[in-house]
Amino acid sequence: MTETTLAAPQTSPGTIPGLRGIAADWASDQRAFKHVSWGKAMMWIFLLSDTFIFSCFLLSYMTARMSTTVPWPNPSEVFALNLGGKHIPLILIAIMTFILISSSGTMAMAVNFGYRRDRAKTAALMLATAAFGATFVGMQAFEWTKLIMEGVRPWGNPWGAPQFGACFFMITGFHGTHVTIGVIFLIAVARKVWRGDFDVERRGFFTSRRGYYEIVEIMGLYWHFVDLVWVFIFAFFYLW
Amino acid sequence: MVDIPFDEVAGIPPAEVGEVELYHPHSWWTRYVFSQDAKVIAVQYSITAMSIGMVALVLSWMMRLQLGFPGTFSFIDANQYLQFITMHGMIMVIYLLTALFLGGFGNYLIPLMVGARDMVFPYVNMLSYWVYLLAVLVLVATFFVPGGPTGAGWTLYPPQAILSGTPGQDWGIVLMLASLILFIIGFTMGGLNYVVTVLQARTRGMTLMRMPLTVWGIFTATVMALLAFPALFVASVMLLLDRLLGTSFFMPTLVEMGQLTKYGGGSPILFQHLFWFFGHPEVYIVALPAFGIISDLISVHARKNIFGYRMMVWAIVAIGALSFVVWAHHMYVSGMNPYFGFFFATTTLIIAIPTAIKVYNWVLTLWRGDIHLTVPMLFALAFIITFVNGGLTGLFLGNVVVDVPLSDTMFVVAHFHMVMGIAPIMAVFGGLYHWYPKVTGRMLNEALGRFHFWVTFIGAYAIFFPMHYLGLLGMPRRYHDIGETTFVPASAHDLNAFMSVAALIVGFAQLVFLFNIIWSLFKGKEAGSNPWGAASLEWQTPETPPGHGNWGKDLPIVYRWAYDYSVPGAAGDFVPQNEPPAGLATQGAHP
Repeated sequence: MTETTLAAPQTSPGTIPGLRGIAADWASDQRAFKHVSWGKAMMWIFLLSDTFIFSCFLLSYMTARMSTTVPWPNPSEVFALNLGGKHIPLILIAIMTFILISSSGTMAMAVNFGYRRDRAKTAALMLATAAFGATFVGMQAFEWTKLIMEGVRPWGNPWGAPQFGACFFMITGFHGTHVTIGVIFLIAVARKVWRGDFDVERRGFFTSRRGYYEIVEIMGLYWHFVDLVWVFIFAFFYLW
Repeated sequence: MVDIPFDEVAGIPPAEVGEVELYHPHSWWTRYVFSQDAKVIAVQYSITAMSIGMVALVLSWMMRLQLGFPGTFSFIDANQYLQFITMHGMIMVIYLLTALFLGGFGNYLIPLMVGARDMVFPYVNMLSYWVYLLAVLVLVATFFVPGGPTGAGWTLYPPQAILSGTPGQDWGIVLMLASLILFIIGFTMGGLNYVVTVLQARTRGMTLMRMPLTVWGIFTATVMALLAFPALFVASVMLLLDRLLGTSFFMPTLVEMGQLTKYGGGSPILFQHLFWFFGHPEVYIVALPAFGIISDLISVHARKNIFGYRMMVWAIVAIGALSFVVWAHHMYVSGMNPYFGFFFATTTLIIAIPTAIKVYNWVLTLWRGDIHLTVPMLFALAFIITFVNGGLTGLFLGNVVVDVPLSDTMFVVAHFHMVMGIAPIMAVFGGLYHWYPKVTGRMLNEALGRFHFWVTFIGAYAIFFPMHYLGLLGMPRRYHDIGETTFVPASAHDLNAFMSVAALIVGFAQLVFLFNIIWSLFKGKEAGSNPWGAASLEWQTPETPPGHGNWGKDLPIVYRWAYDYSVPGAAGDFVPQNEPPAGLATQGAHP
């Protein structure tokens, strides 16, 4: 304990490892999270807030499902497709999940190439991520259409508790909105990358702030979060 | 970002990041209307919040007129009475207090008090205000739509909130929920800014434990709001779906006007859980900034350092954390499992500990201080008294056995008006009188201020103190007309009339305050840069009112906490936060 107090005052607090380092960072001036930019900090805190939104949605859904006196429709039956003469439960959802997880992979690669200032690969990978995302939303639209054709409505369905349709449309709709917003921003940021905005630190149109390749990473944080939320929706809504 | 290697000064580490260029306005529109300057946004927030607050004040007059003189005023019928109650509560809690403390005081004070040039993302901050304004306009629109605003009570409990017996069932409730959703979106944009500014954009030497308690209060409240508003957001979305699409999240099978409704299988209790998971932290979202402001006012105007600064900070953080595990004490009579009541009563009473620490520390700061009975100090003292009063009745209501008979009586109304109505408003007024000279460069008129204070303070007690007694008699809340009952004596009606007259007088006293604000803007005494002799950073700006970017050419360097008053051996009776220690030359501060 006495050794560190004798350390040279020039030592950056961020270099102390472990819990003591965290304590030193929070006790220091200027920044509580050393080496974290404003934008990244803001995205993390926003995602924390958004976590509470999705948690409330999922908890409400679980409350409805556990307290209903009418049987809950069996998800593996409802979300089954007939492919090639075979009846495969949850096949569409499995493909959707695979696509969304894959998009996280391309996003992570885009972040990597962004920091290497490889404009072409970064932009291409971001567009690939956006394409995966758009495919996901498209398949969700297909799933919605199929269920609506089969008679599922927010206020009722042919198989059991009316809250099934209500929760399904609300939760997947809210998540799909997140994915859609992500796709739009992915395309916008990919365009900036392609044009070389971040190489010349060009100012944003509205914000008049300089742009950096870090924006690709911040975009990635949001995208991975949307993915992670889907994993929970998949587990709690489809697999339960 | 380019690192600018400022030299280390007296143990203050060098700057970690270079300065970020600000957006500079080019025209009148971008300077005063679509401004990205946190100070302008703060004034916009404050004016909007106070304007809508005046509407809520008039609504409270309508309610008091009806309660004091039932049957006299033909323009207040039972439906309108419920609508007035609902809108009064909703506006005061969310659109006035939350917006004013966080959007108003937060925007103005956070960058100045932590030594930043602006919020971290000024453009998002500007959007925050405009979405808030939109939310307010949607709220105001409910007064003009067919059927008028919703009369469901500010808690908007289903099933009655969306059934046809409740006024505003057509349009009012839909617009109310839309307005809440907009408010939450707007607030989130601002709130992220406040939190990141405090965490990541402090000036050199400004450690978290050197921040004024005002910043601590606003910061903690904002973090809480970012975690509590999601529950209200979700509840609003689901209630809106129940109303518009006919889902049954919250709606059980029930009969309405002799007809079986289309609803079935939903849980009204679920809404209450979601609502109060937001609703209880909300109480502290308006209380914590008030705690912070009061701490600073008391310290400055008693010329004494705040007693137990560290404990004050930890008490704020502890209250913020605990407030997330007490929500169901609003639901003792809702039909919960009784064991829940036991748990939530316990956590509720535990909150009294950090709160009591704060009250003792305020009193110990005053003890043997050089108390200047300025207008801000008067409001600060009034805050302590009112808050203790409301807090004590909170201990009554936190206990299940005491709460059950007192539920839905005027006692509850008296309690929450004392603790989260009058007390935070006292902090708002104290803060406005204290910081108005920094915002405008002129002092508010002292004589008018004292008149405003005494009428408001005594008047507030005249309204709400007798209300405790009415509640103990068993007089119910939210009743348009009590009528003849065996348990409410005739004298109670006289008391009601007395309270109504007091409410009218207090309301008119606020017009004096408004006049004072406008009159002092032009005719007030020149304030100078630091009229109160305060040590915290916002009073040390090179210009008053602070210019765009706050600090002129160089950011300040902070060498001490914000409470160095009456320091033995010091030259003046206070030492500003950015004054270097004796014997240290300041030229080292610049490259």
